[in-house]
Amino acid sequence: MKEIVRAAIAILLVSAILLYAVNALEKSSATTDGGTISVYNWGEYIDPELIDQFEAETNISVIYETFDSNESMMTKIEQGGTTYDVAMPSEYAIEKMKENDLLHPIDHELIPNLENIDPYFLDLPFDPGNEYSIPYFWGTVGIAFNPTLLEGQTFESWDDLWNPTLEQEVILVDSAREVIGMGLNSLGYSLNSTDLGELREATDKLKTMGPNVKAIIGDEIVEMMRREEAAVAVTWSGQAADMMWINEDIDYVVPKEGSNLWFDNMIIPKTAGNVEGAHAFINFMLDPEVAAQNADYVGYSTPNEQAVALMDPEVTGDERFYPPEELRERLEVYENLGLEMLGTYNELFLEFKMDMEN
Amino acid sequence: MKDNPSRPFYLVPYYLWIALFVIAPITLIFYFSFLDLTGAFTLENYQNFFSSVYLRMTLSSFWYAFLITLITILIAYPTAYWLTKTKHKQLWLLLIIIPSWINLLLKAYAFIGIFGLYGPANKLLQTLGAGPWQILFTDFSFIFVSVYIFIPFMVLPIFNSLDKINPALIDASRDLGASSFTTFRRVIFPLAINGVKSGVQAVFIPALSLFVITRLIAGNKVITLGTAIEQQFLVTQNWGMGSTIAMFLILFMIIIMMLTGQKEKGGSYNGKTK
Repeated sequence: MKEIVRAAIAILLVSAILLYAVNALEKSSATTDGGTISVYNWGEYIDPELIDQFEAETNISVIYETFDSNESMMTKIEQGGTTYDVAMPSEYAIEKMKENDLLHPIDHELIPNLENIDPYFLDLPFDPGNEYSIPYFWGTVGIAFNPTLLEGQTFESWDDLWNPTLEQEVILVDSAREVIGMGLNSLGYSLNSTDLGELREATDKLKTMGPNVKAIIGDEIVEMMRREEAAVAVTWSGQAADMMWINEDIDYVVPKEGSNLWFDNMIIPKTAGNVEGAHAFINFMLDPEVAAQNADYVGYSTPNEQAVALMDPEVTGDERFYPPEELRERLEVYENLGLEMLGTYNELFLEFKMDMEN
Repeated sequence: MKDNPSRPFYLVPYYLWIALFVIAPITLIFYFSFLDLTGAFTLENYQNFFSSVYLRMTLSSFWYAFLITLITILIAYPTAYWLTKTKHKQLWLLLIIIPSWINLLLKAYAFIGIFGLYGPANKLLQTLGAGPWQILFTDFSFIFVSVYIFIPFMVLPIFNSLDKINPALIDASRDLGASSFTTFRRVIFPLAINGVKSGVQAVFIPALSLFVITRLIAGNKVITLGTAIEQQFLVTQNWGMGSTIAMFLILFMIIIMMLTGQKEKGGSYNGKTK
């Protein structure tokens, strides 16, 4: 009994010290008088120096938190109890959040830097007139591969992934829409297909790829490719850029049949506590120099025309990461297919995974 | 105890706990399992569960959980037996238990490094003249890591029941002419069986719903009921279907508890009848 009491006291003491420390830390970071905003972003998706710069320039202090999927971000905002002021969801998530009335309209008067954005990325179908969202980064889905591990083999088409020489070499990203979409694209169908026949055909085709699949994982893909544990990965352009940063042998290609073109955007959730501060932050991120520095750090493609002009032409001229408009023609943006269809995609994805067990 | 008038009072926190954290969540899961995507009442989720995809998943979950439990017993039983014979029992036991205090994710990431193409496991194979082999993302790595994680949970109850056996019984068995094998089969094994049962409960049920390891170590090529529940809640956002799978998982747990349950009260850890 004595020991239990002692242990309990020890735990309480440690907790009290930690609580005090947290409070002290929060106080010291909140000495600015411009208020506070909390930013909710993907992991590794901003240059942390820019947050300091923003705090110094505006006297607004920033609380920064990260998420790892659109779905978990939405769930957290939907359930309330949070006061995120800015978040960076992808386009189909924005459509869904609009439907569920989770977004605060954006006042364009407060965002003069909007004029820096390439008009191509404005007024897109998922948010006409950019009423609720401002472009942050964009990119594609494609194949990252390491030719030195593949005897110089290269990739042009999705069908190349079915090549029997690639046994146990291909890593897929653990996401239903990307993988089923790849199956659809390889058959020449739209990756927004809602035709059950087409989806069935795509799933059956994916199953024949089973022997080539090494694993279906998430962010670990980058490490696996860097360390040459795997030779081929179906992944997002930014992840590919991350890999190439460390391992120069790696190359990235968007297959000729077409693929996904995606946009991540800054939004203000309805539950925001500091709407004015949120606008200030969005405007700050659109500043050409800031956006250029951010794009250099993150590795994804910036929609900011003025920033592109400031960046190393070797980077922005790279058609793998900044495909010119005519190449973008064959890419498709995800549409919000509705919960029911998303369920079907997931069920088919699960079926595909199940099929690989044996 | 029976005459203590304050007894009902002491039980209040217990009942509150059970009501809030056991009964309420299960009731909620039960309720959600009858809702479709729009929140209307439906039996479709249950119908869906009996479709081929989910049935196959359930079967394969059981198969893997069975293999994991079996291998864990095969390793843990001799270990526990040997532990009871050593001088510094508690020290050895502690050494076996300590790894279970380390976060599961941390251990999983460590194994990614160990089993990698350029990791120590393959280096060893190469010096022995074999490999390099693809170890990560296979059935083997999945079962190996799961067994490693569950061993302490099996060793502990078996050790406890073996340790409680009165040595006089074993001596008596020997004196009466039983061979070592017969002594084990007729005396030690029946007396320690409750420890094995507790161990099975502590391993088989969690093994059914493993989901971090299925992704990191098995590369999602092994799908368990746990993975499916996670997907339904976080990606598909079909809470109804997720709850339905969870209901079946609860049902399987109850069945397993009944099969491995012990009739005598309080005997679950020491394997001794009172």
